[in-house]
Amino acid sequence: MPRRSGSAFTGAGTVFLKEFADHLGGARVHVLEWLVILTGAGAVYTAIQDLKSTTGQDPFLFLRLFTQARDPLPSFVLVLDFLVPLIAIALAFDSVNGEFNRRTLSRLLAQPIYRDALLLGKFLSGLAAIAVTLFTLWLLIIGLGLVTLGVPPSSEEVLRSLAFLVVAIAYGGVWLAVAMLCSVLFRSAATSALTALGIWLLVSVLWPQVVQFISTEIYPPTVMQIVFGQPNPDQVQLQASLSRISPSTLFGEAATGILHPEKRFFGLVYMSQVEGAIGTPLALGQSLLLVWPQVTGLVAGAIILFVIAYIVFQRQEVRA
Amino acid sequence: MNDIVISASGLRKRYGNVAAVDGVDLAIRRGEIFGLLGPNGAGKTTTILMLLGLTDLTEGTIDVGGFNPMRDPLEVKRRVGYLPDSVGFYDNLSARQNLGYTARLAGFGRAEADGRIAAALQRVGLATVADHRVATYSRGMRQRLGLAEVLMKGAEVAILDEPTSGLDPEATFELLDMIRGMKKDGTAVLLSSHLLDRVQAVCDRVALFNEGHIVLEGTVPELAQRVLGGGYIYEIEAAGEVERALAAVPGAQRVTRDGRAFRVLAERDIRADLARAVVSSGAALLRLADLEPSLDTVYRHYFEGHPHATA
Repeated sequence: MPRRSGSAFTGAGTVFLKEFADHLGGARVHVLEWLVILTGAGAVYTAIQDLKSTTGQDPFLFLRLFTQARDPLPSFVLVLDFLVPLIAIALAFDSVNGEFNRRTLSRLLAQPIYRDALLLGKFLSGLAAIAVTLFTLWLLIIGLGLVTLGVPPSSEEVLRSLAFLVVAIAYGGVWLAVAMLCSVLFRSAATSALTALGIWLLVSVLWPQVVQFISTEIYPPTVMQIVFGQPNPDQVQLQASLSRISPSTLFGEAATGILHPEKRFFGLVYMSQVEGAIGTPLALGQSLLLVWPQVTGLVAGAIILFVIAYIVFQRQEVRA
Repeated sequence: MNDIVISASGLRKRYGNVAAVDGVDLAIRRGEIFGLLGPNGAGKTTTILMLLGLTDLTEGTIDVGGFNPMRDPLEVKRRVGYLPDSVGFYDNLSARQNLGYTARLAGFGRAEADGRIAAALQRVGLATVADHRVATYSRGMRQRLGLAEVLMKGAEVAILDEPTSGLDPEATFELLDMIRGMKKDGTAVLLSSHLLDRVQAVCDRVALFNEGHIVLEGTVPELAQRVLGGGYIYEIEAAGEVERALAAVPGAQRVTRDGRAFRVLAERDIRADLARAVVSSGAALLRLADLEPSLDTVYRHYFEGHPHATA
C-alpha cells in the first residue's frame, strides 16, 4: 500500500476558523447558549439564596455555587450534565452529512486537503464553541458570586472551578464525537439528530436503571443482607463499574471530586479503610488524582469515538 | 509526448460484483477539450472521481501532471479544478466568501486569493453580484460560480461534470463560451455530458461510454465515419415526391424523412448526383444542404445497435 504524501493537517486550521465562525454566528447556537445561560443562572441564583446565610462558615463558598441545589431547581453541575450533551449534539449532528446534502463535500475534498483535516477542523471548532460558552458561563457565575456574596474566591477555588470547566469541556467532547459519528453514518440530518438524542437519553436517563437491574440479577442480596438492610458489596461494585460506561456518570463523579474537596472516594468502602481518616478537605492535587481515572475515561471516550467516525468517513464514497 | 496532462490505463472500479468502470484508457492533452459522453450510469462520474483521487480504484494506473492520485492526492488536487455534478455552495455566505474559503483551503495567501477571486468572478460575469448571498443565485449563476472556482485555482486541468445540465439555452451558451476561454489559456478540459449537441460544439475529442467501457473515441467526424459508415449527410427539400429517386442515387446509403425534408446518408460526396436526381424526377429542388455529422446521430445510431442496460 503506497504511503500518501503531505500533511494530514493541511487546511484543518482553515476549516476550524470557518466552522467556528459559523457556530458563533449561527442562530442554533445562540438559542442553546441562552437556554444554558438562563437555566444555569437560575440554578446559581437559588444556590446564592441558600448560601447567603452560611457565608461566614464555609471555606469553599464559591464552589457551593456550582453544587448547591434547592427545589425545584437542580444544581448547576446537574444542569450542565443535562445540557452540555444537548449543545454538543446540536453543534455536530449535521456536520458531515450537512456538507454532503448541500453538495459542498465533493467541492471541498477536491481542494488539496485530506479528509482528516475536514473532520478534525469540524471537531475542534465544535469543542471551541462549547469551551467559549462554558467559559462565559463560568465568568458570569464568578461575577454573580462576587456581587451577591461579597467575598472574593480563593485561588484554590478558582483553580478547582477551572478544572471543573476543563472536565465539562471533555464531557462535551464525548458528545460532540457521538454526534459527529452519527453525522458520518447517516445521510439524513434528521436521522442523525434523532439517533444522537436517542443515545443521549439511553445513556443518561435509562442506563442507571438498566445497570441497577443487571447488577441485582447477577448478584442478588443474601437473606442476611436483606434482613440487616445492607447492600451486597459485589452488586454495588458491579453497579458502579457498569454505570461508569455512561459519560454522564464519569462527569458527575469528576465534578463531585473536584468541587467537593472533602470527597475522598467513590463507591463503597469498608469501615476499616477509612479508619483514622481526618475529615479535612483534600489538597487540589489529591482531588485531581482522585478524579484522574474519570477524566481520562472521558478524554479516551471522545478520542475513540472520533477515530471510529474518522475510519467510517475515510471509506465513504463522496458521490450521491 | 510532454503534452499529455492526464493519462490513465486499465482503470477498473468494482462495487461488489458490479463493475462501474471496466478497463478505461484515456489520454488528454494540454489545451484540449475532451468530452466524456454516455448514458447515465455508464461510468463517467466514477472515472472522474478516480482521476481526482476521490475514490479508490480497483485496478489500473493514473498519471495527472506527473503525479499519482492515490499516492500524491494533494499534488493532483492542486493541479486539477473540479466542478462537480450539481455543485453546491454555502447559501449563507456570499460568492466571494465561498470562493475565499476554497482559496484558503487551496493554500493561497490572503492578498493573492483576493486578486484571483476578483479576476475569476469578473471572468464569469458575477463581479457585480459577488457580495450577494449565494442563496439568491439562480442555477446558471451557481454553475458559473463553480466555474469561477476552477478558474480561481489556476488549474492545469479542469474537470467539469455535467456543467450544462439543468441550464437554459442562453446560460448553456454562455457557459460553453467560458469553457472555450479556458482552452485558450492552455488548460486541459475534461467534461462529461449527455447533452450531445452542446458537447459537440466545444469538444475537440470525445469518448463514448457504455457500461463502464469506452466504446468509441476520437473527433466527431472520425466517430461519424466509424459508426455511420459514410459520414456525409445531406438534407434535401424539394416540391414533389423524390424519396425513391434519392434512394436510387449510387452511393446513397439511407434516406430518411425528416418533416418536409429528406436526409440522405452517403459514403462519399454525391451532392451533384442528388441534385440531378431531384431535378430529373420532375420535382423542384428547394434546398440542398451539407450537414456536419452530428454527435446526436452518431450516438443514436450506436445505441440502436448496442442496447444499454440503464435507461
